[in-house]
Amino acid sequence: MIRWDWIGRNLPEIRELLGDHIVMALLPILLGLLIALPLGLASVRWRRLYQPTVGIMNVVYSLPSLAVFIVLIPITGLAEQATVIVPLTFYALAVLIPSVVDGIASVPTHVRQSAVAMGFGPMRRLLQVDLPIAVPVVLAGVRVATVSSISLVSVGALVGRGGLGYLFIDGWQRQFPTPIVVGIVLILLLALAADGLLVVAQRLLTPWARARSSA
Amino acid sequence: MNWLIEFFGDPDNWSGSSGIPFRLLEHLEFSALALLAAVVIAVPLGLWIGHTGRGALFVVLSANAARALPTLGLLVLIVLLVGVGTTLPVLIPLVALAVPPILVNTYEGIRGVDRDLRDAAYGMGLRGGQVLLRVLVPVALPLILLGMRIAAIQVVATATVAAYVGLGGLGRYIIDGLATKDFASTIGGAVLVALLALAVQTAFTLVNRVAVSPGVSRRVKVR
Amino acid sequence: MITFEGVTKRYADGTIAVNDLHLEVPTAEITVLVGPSGCGKTTSLRMINRMIDATEGKILLDGVDVRTIDPPTLRRGIGYVIQQAGLFPHRKIVDNVATVPYLLGWDKSKARARAMELLERVGLDTALAERYPFQLSGGQQQRVGVARALAADPPVLLMDEPFSAVDPIVRTSLQDELLRLQSDLHKTIVFVTHDIDEAVKLGDRVAVLRVGGTLAQVADPATLLSAPADDFVREFLGRDRGIRRLSFVPADLPLRTDLTVPDDADISKVAGVAAASGLTWLAVVDSGGRPSGWVNAADLPLSGTVADLRLMPYGTFVAGRDSLRSALDAALLAPSGGAIAVDDEGRVTGVATAGALAAATSGIAAEGVGTGRG
Repeated sequence: MIRWDWIGRNLPEIRELLGDHIVMALLPILLGLLIALPLGLASVRWRRLYQPTVGIMNVVYSLPSLAVFIVLIPITGLAEQATVIVPLTFYALAVLIPSVVDGIASVPTHVRQSAVAMGFGPMRRLLQVDLPIAVPVVLAGVRVATVSSISLVSVGALVGRGGLGYLFIDGWQRQFPTPIVVGIVLILLLALAADGLLVVAQRLLTPWARARSSA
Repeated sequence: MNWLIEFFGDPDNWSGSSGIPFRLLEHLEFSALALLAAVVIAVPLGLWIGHTGRGALFVVLSANAARALPTLGLLVLIVLLVGVGTTLPVLIPLVALAVPPILVNTYEGIRGVDRDLRDAAYGMGLRGGQVLLRVLVPVALPLILLGMRIAAIQVVATATVAAYVGLGGLGRYIIDGLATKDFASTIGGAVLVALLALAVQTAFTLVNRVAVSPGVSRRVKVR
Repeated sequence: MITFEGVTKRYADGTIAVNDLHLEVPTAEITVLVGPSGCGKTTSLRMINRMIDATEGKILLDGVDVRTIDPPTLRRGIGYVIQQAGLFPHRKIVDNVATVPYLLGWDKSKARARAMELLERVGLDTALAERYPFQLSGGQQQRVGVARALAADPPVLLMDEPFSAVDPIVRTSLQDELLRLQSDLHKTIVFVTHDIDEAVKLGDRVAVLRVGGTLAQVADPATLLSAPADDFVREFLGRDRGIRRLSFVPADLPLRTDLTVPDDADISKVAGVAAASGLTWLAVVDSGGRPSGWVNAADLPLSGTVADLRLMPYGTFVAGRDSLRSALDAALLAPSGGAIAVDDEGRVTGVATAGALAAATSGIAAEGVGTGRG
């Protein structure tokens, strides 16, 4: 089923697809975080914003990725990275905004109030108290979003730009399983690696949680 | 907009085996089959793991790994190896897609039930199975239904991809339109799938309202 | 009767929660297990209905080893009330109360009728029956928890810190309610708390446990307060042990009936009563026989009636029912140092003088020394 020589001959191309895949999968997560943090914080500050925001995100999440890719083609162009990155950013937002809100909500009231009582200003409290405590919940959301994003990029192959997903189309058109297997395995490995890195990041960012669990 | 008028205005798109009603039914049929199979697998497993606490690590690890499985890749690989004779091979990637959210939410729902509640239930003299079915499941139902809703939406949305390997459903309009540069068909298909996903979302909201006890959802009845 | 015979609970990691416990829980009484956290009181309670199984020893329920009874069957015959009430959030109040009757296969209408009866019994408005638990206050939920435990009329009731999550005022009313219920129902109740005041108030017998799961002392509350077995129990009982103990002593005081004057009496009559009794403080009684205050005969104007005088504050106790502590409390409210005794309708029956109270309390102290440290 696996033709190793095919892999050997196509290594440079596979490497290129992998790079393309990483960019298209991870850029939406970065963009998503940059947008989700202020939006999430705003939803915490102005509680009335939360329900509509989550409602819209639920609707966005229910749109099929292939359909969104296609609707975007006239705007962003066929086989362009943006055609994939824009929808994936929205999917990431649908996961990340609730994570940010839940994360901030996970800060115990007594902790927040004692920070206020000690004279922390709103910005300082946000950066030094709220956000660090929110990290585990937010990162749990980032992990889900990242893994889904890595897997979803491959659907973009149907509109001409899917990173490793191209291998699926290639294998299907030539009725040749090797590229398909290579694509699946690389996507799984990529997801595992990203997930692992995020777990390490969480441990580094929240040393207090680590000390507690090892004690 | 013109594309939409062109697509939905074409009477050919409303009859026969390539008409919208027929394709919609096809789409619903294998989406429902995949969801049903996933529910049959994931709900009992999630209930068992949540209730006994055995195998929790398995759920966490496998759920995240399964999220990473690319549906398109799995689909073309399976069809390539098994052939497109029946719908069964096509269902496998969709089931694989639907199992993790149902499993994780069922497990989390059961495990998250207040310890005191469990304690009181056993203390009243309920047996293990009675505690699970009469107390834990009704209390965890909102989360279990949420898992099913996420799964259903993903299945409905992803089932479009099945058209790529020659299967029917609403994905046909998208894939065929893409192949023949018929944007009206592609966009029409995309809109149909999005509408279907929204309908599924609404359906689950209604099921939630009927199935979940007002005592759990805290909807106060006005009397 | 529930009997602990050398019961030990040891966990896999070696911690001992309960250590060789011997204890008798008499039928139709409230036995309170009290102690600091980690003393094994809850573990002991939960071993009775087999929520936890003992490692060594036996627990007998009317002579039958609980280990020989299938746990669900055992538990259906034992009421169980826990701290957060543990009501089923998805069921209406009436169905929560009827849980065990349903399990026992009662007819639905009979089970619901029984539930309604119990809701009334624990002091809840039956209009709450069709509500869900989240619509009730903590105190109301706790009452439902008690009603649920009583639903199938079990002879035994286990209560695990049932009132510790509610505020002090609600807690007091729940405690009073429990005592009122118990005076009707005569259940065998095992009650766990970390609050010694609650233990002393509710218990017919109080078992004090110490960390490590050993029994420090079992006694009725008065004995416990007057004669703690050792320093641990003494410290656990805390301050005010002496005054709290008076709660368990009836106010059998000599009452003087010659120390009262009507509120319309002439000043000269007041002086006469005082002179005849040999005491200066007199209790003023209104035309209905109820107390209105104290008057000091040493500080009277030359003429007028009692109605012209400024009366001094007073306290009362119900003779033959209240404790010596209540009588003493009543005396402390009055500058006279005496307490006014009343009957159930609040009519004055006599006066306990400061001297009589002093004699009674010193008598109790002497008795404490006599029976103490035994």
